[in-house]
Amino acid sequence: MSDSSMKEARLQEWGGGTLPYSIPHIKLGMWLFIVSDALTFSGLLIAYAYLRVATPEWPTPFHLWPTIAMASLMTFVLLSSSLTMVLGVNAAQRDDRKWTVLWTLFTALGGIIFMILHGQEWAGLVHEGVTLTKNPWGTPLFGATFFGLTGLHMFHVFTGVVYLLVIAWGFSKKKFNSDHVEVCGLYWHFVDLVWMFVFPLVYLLSVKMD
Amino acid sequence: MSNDNIHSTHGPMSNRLVLTVWTWLLVLTAVEVFLAYVQVGLVLMLTLLMGFSIVKAALIIAYFMHLRFEKRSLVLTLMPAMIITISLMAVFFADSLRILDLGL
Repeated sequence: MSDSSMKEARLQEWGGGTLPYSIPHIKLGMWLFIVSDALTFSGLLIAYAYLRVATPEWPTPFHLWPTIAMASLMTFVLLSSSLTMVLGVNAAQRDDRKWTVLWTLFTALGGIIFMILHGQEWAGLVHEGVTLTKNPWGTPLFGATFFGLTGLHMFHVFTGVVYLLVIAWGFSKKKFNSDHVEVCGLYWHFVDLVWMFVFPLVYLLSVKMD
Repeated sequence: MSNDNIHSTHGPMSNRLVLTVWTWLLVLTAVEVFLAYVQVGLVLMLTLLMGFSIVKAALIIAYFMHLRFEKRSLVLTLMPAMIITISLMAVFFADSLRILDLGL
């Protein structure tokens, strides 16, 4: 549906054209999905917190340097990618094709940088013997919860990057409109939102001070 | 509504507002990292971290995800259900503190 026909549909209240909550259907659909996904992550996070408190001898292996510094950098990158996403949505809404694509690509770049840094961190941990099922420093639950949580989040980052690239391509080819960009933005902000909880609960609570 | 535009709101957020929200998010993150550096003790740390994270989440949801400017009915459809369900899950958390005492 084009922007102008959607505008008309919204105006014809009795013409069968009203939209739910005055937003496009795709936006409502994405919001409902986001709420359900938030509950999935909440379940995992609360389970992690529960296990952590109920398990004696939970390791706290993350040194301030380099681990916490790297994780903080990753947080900065993700927050900045949310910034570029908002700027991209703004550009789409004023029909600035060039800047919409550019800001969306910058956002995807942020996601890619995040994945590279995170992947390096994972490689380091695996090298030290921590995996989804093992943990040389104590309970194997540490590895399970860490990789489970960050793994599911990383999967969302990955799919988000793919989504962003498709949107950037499609918007430049005029296949998608500003609403599609905005809905993609919602998904990306959700990915950032989850990290706002994963970062403190998984990293900051497990700092090793010598 | 006869004067609905595409986005049912006043229009896109100003650059200044977006940058302000972003800056606050970074500041709150810096405070959280500082807390980890200072090692305030587990219970206080957890409380403060959860508090800051909820504030950061609210900022992202309200401004970046635009809910602040959407119809109230949408906010009421999404947020209370999500918060109540998360609370239902969190209620079990108290159990974890007792499990250690039970000697299981």
